[in-house]
Amino acid sequence: MAGLNIKVQEVFNEPGCDKNQAKGEKERKKGCTKQLVPGAAAGGCAFDGAKIALQPITDVAHIVHGPIACEGNGWDNRGAKSSGPLLYRTGFTTDISENDIVYGGEKRLYRAIREVIEKYDPPAVFVYQTCVTALIGDEIEAVCKAAREKFGKPVIPIDAPGFVGSKNLGNKLAGEALLDYVIGTQEPETTTPYDINIIGEYNLAGEMWQIKPLLDHLGIRVLASITGDARYHEVASSHRARAAMMVCSKAMINVARKMEERYGIPYFEGSFYGISDTSDALRQIAKLLVQRGAPEELLSRTEILIRREEARAWERLNIYRKRFAGKRVLLITGGVKSWSVVSALQEVGLEIVGTSVKKSTEEDKERVKELMGGDAHMFDDLPPREMYKMLKEARADIMLSGGRSQFVALKARMPWLDINQERHHAYAGYEGMVTLVQEIDRALYNPIWAQVRKEAPWQS
Amino acid sequence: MAIVSLSKKSCSVNPLKMSQPIGGALAFMGMANCMPVLHGSQGCTAFGLVLFVRHFREAIPLQTTAMNEVTTIMGGMDNIEQALLNIYKRAKPEIIGLCTTGLTETRGEDIHGDLKLIRKRNPELSDLPIVFVDTPDFKDAFQDGWAKAVTRIIEELVEKTTDTIPSQVNLLAGSHLTAADIEEIVETIEAFGLSPIVLPDISGSLDGHIPDQFSPTTIGGTTIDEVRSMGGSIATLAIGQQMERAALELEMRTGVSYAVFDRLTGLEANDRFLMHLSNLSGKPVPHKYRRQRSQLVDAMLDGHFFFGGKKVAIGAEPDLLWALGSLMAEMGCEIAAAVTTTHSPLLEKMPCAGVLIGDLEDLEMRAKGCDLLITHSHGRQAAERLGIPLFRAGLPCFDRLGANHRLSVGYRGTRDLTFQVGNLFLEHTHEGAPDSWPLPEALDEVIDDKNGHEHAAQAQTV
Repeated sequence: MAGLNIKVQEVFNEPGCDKNQAKGEKERKKGCTKQLVPGAAAGGCAFDGAKIALQPITDVAHIVHGPIACEGNGWDNRGAKSSGPLLYRTGFTTDISENDIVYGGEKRLYRAIREVIEKYDPPAVFVYQTCVTALIGDEIEAVCKAAREKFGKPVIPIDAPGFVGSKNLGNKLAGEALLDYVIGTQEPETTTPYDINIIGEYNLAGEMWQIKPLLDHLGIRVLASITGDARYHEVASSHRARAAMMVCSKAMINVARKMEERYGIPYFEGSFYGISDTSDALRQIAKLLVQRGAPEELLSRTEILIRREEARAWERLNIYRKRFAGKRVLLITGGVKSWSVVSALQEVGLEIVGTSVKKSTEEDKERVKELMGGDAHMFDDLPPREMYKMLKEARADIMLSGGRSQFVALKARMPWLDINQERHHAYAGYEGMVTLVQEIDRALYNPIWAQVRKEAPWQS
Repeated sequence: MAIVSLSKKSCSVNPLKMSQPIGGALAFMGMANCMPVLHGSQGCTAFGLVLFVRHFREAIPLQTTAMNEVTTIMGGMDNIEQALLNIYKRAKPEIIGLCTTGLTETRGEDIHGDLKLIRKRNPELSDLPIVFVDTPDFKDAFQDGWAKAVTRIIEELVEKTTDTIPSQVNLLAGSHLTAADIEEIVETIEAFGLSPIVLPDISGSLDGHIPDQFSPTTIGGTTIDEVRSMGGSIATLAIGQQMERAALELEMRTGVSYAVFDRLTGLEANDRFLMHLSNLSGKPVPHKYRRQRSQLVDAMLDGHFFFGGKKVAIGAEPDLLWALGSLMAEMGCEIAAAVTTTHSPLLEKMPCAGVLIGDLEDLEMRAKGCDLLITHSHGRQAAERLGIPLFRAGLPCFDRLGANHRLSVGYRGTRDLTFQVGNLFLEHTHEGAPDSWPLPEALDEVIDDKNGHEHAAQAQTV
């Protein structure tokens, strides 16, 4: 536990994060998440965050050491897609009992690791710590070390029990585990001057596959995606990449920064949501690779691709301008996605009547302000009751949010679109933006709205 | 008669089981204007919430005491107090249900004493019923948590009374019943001129209706006044073996005698239920049930061709396993594999050789050679690997619409269930092909030998 405390402090002190660096010494120690309010908290725990960040490594066996709740209540519930192995979708847990609480769960964990290796022979096993097993003092690091030596396979402890903090902290602790135990432990078969890592992209609904064709066309190879649709070997040998892109706000900034420090891999922070963001990301990738020695002609080839793909996307998007005239969107999402999606939606003529900036950095907020003209429509925290009121009073025509608040919109009989992890559609890159706009159109113009809003004839 | 055994594995693979606290929380969601709270880390609540949102496709009221490392060591009373006050202020519920988790149970807290102190310090909470229940994650399973929560609601709220309300009966609903099941049972009871109080009633809160205004708490369910008046009922009907403890508690408190109906799926099971209602009410079985019974008999006759001899593998919590397994056996299926989550007196009565308390990996291994897999949505990967159809039953059902409107009780429900499963068998009938009936190899050679070299073939067969 002492080791974990040091890790947590270390993660909170993130020189790569502007928001963190703007804080004083004392405030920084408190960490980058708000203190949770009992009775008014929402969201996952650190274990949840760690699992989300690592489970997309598809050929690894992910064992949860804890009582049934941690795995039994939530396994196989995310949309991270695989192009090959499916082992990551198998739920493994020690499902500890009262006896284990009394006598300790380490032996059960060791036997569990052996069973999994014997039955499934994965290239690596990840072991997740949880609250209860942390509390009773099970040393998962020691068990993993013993198993590693005995079975001759990577067995990696992921020390992020739920009660140490939020999902975001869990993402970062997961990143630390990759840095400590995985990255740099194997060598790639070959390397090219066009090798990159993509960090913090989880291939939800297959979004990596909307980006990969663009990179393939440019001859850029994703050496490792950390962690969407990844294989253990790819992540283990990712230290040989020439450049990296960090996606998804600050979730895995520690991985990007430390890989730069340790292996000299420069990174940039970018997004594949929205037309201009996708183009920017491609430009940045090309620029970094050229700086690291790739032939300069990559830059012009990238520009040609961008021009062609932007034109192709706009051709399909322009049809919607007329249909979207006067339509107002309420956007509830976290972090960097806010401004990149805001700008994209505005580009097709939608009016954004409100956006949440709960997880955004000051810099993000500035950009939203710029785009929306003032901060009148930015919410730090919009309670469900308020969302409901806005929709019920028709101050917005559609809400885009995560699954949690979907029923706020639907019960107000208003259109809603899922833009969070559980979504079924992929919204990345040029193709994804076209899909997003098509889905908004489908939601807005579905014929049900007229009928479901009508009162029953006997009520008027 | 089945032999009940426990899985000996150290690693549970593809869990069938879900945890006790969320079973308890779901029972509280059957109370009107209620806010269930899990006393644990915020993740405990988040996982349960996502699970229920995906199953019911409804907003789910479920809060957390948001325990962290420090409060876990120091004790959770302050967190409980803050949570109660915050919920009281923001959500204004009429009742709060508090379930402990593995985290707080490992530390061991005196919630009973804590609550007393909290009430003393905060007089504004004095009229707010707060029902807490011990539900450690590392013991028992989902349906146990449900049953314990219902028992605790009765302990806290039901009052003894001498005023009997002549036509009133109590209906204790098990966790395996859907909203549609509860509606069907209520309708049946009402047809005998009786009026049931359902506890807990998720058909009021999670049946997917549109409330007139926004509510952060449950949008329907059993009211506190209804629970309080249960002591005045003429009888209690407990549906599902899991509800016996609650029924017994109710009888000991109020003297209202109970009858347990371990299942309401199947012909004879419903015959017994209707006879019981007829005796209770002194009224004959209404005509419409005679008609429905006849329809079910016809459905069984039409369907038995497709059920007979089929091998079925079922993974479900004990009460659901009993209901579905019994029907399958009654229709002529062989239950080749039965896996469940927790102990129950029903398990050894199962019409199969053995019942294993285990996981979906156990079920998958035992289901090789079966014609049908019956379990919740997490069985989808196993069914795909086995190449057999999956009939989704139980919670969670996240990849189909209308999970809470699936009816499988009563004559009507049994009839429809028979049709649904029968149609799966029909759809996956093995049809004959030219090579379906090959002769044994030795004979093949005789036939191949068209040129009359019979002695060669004979030499082979000697």
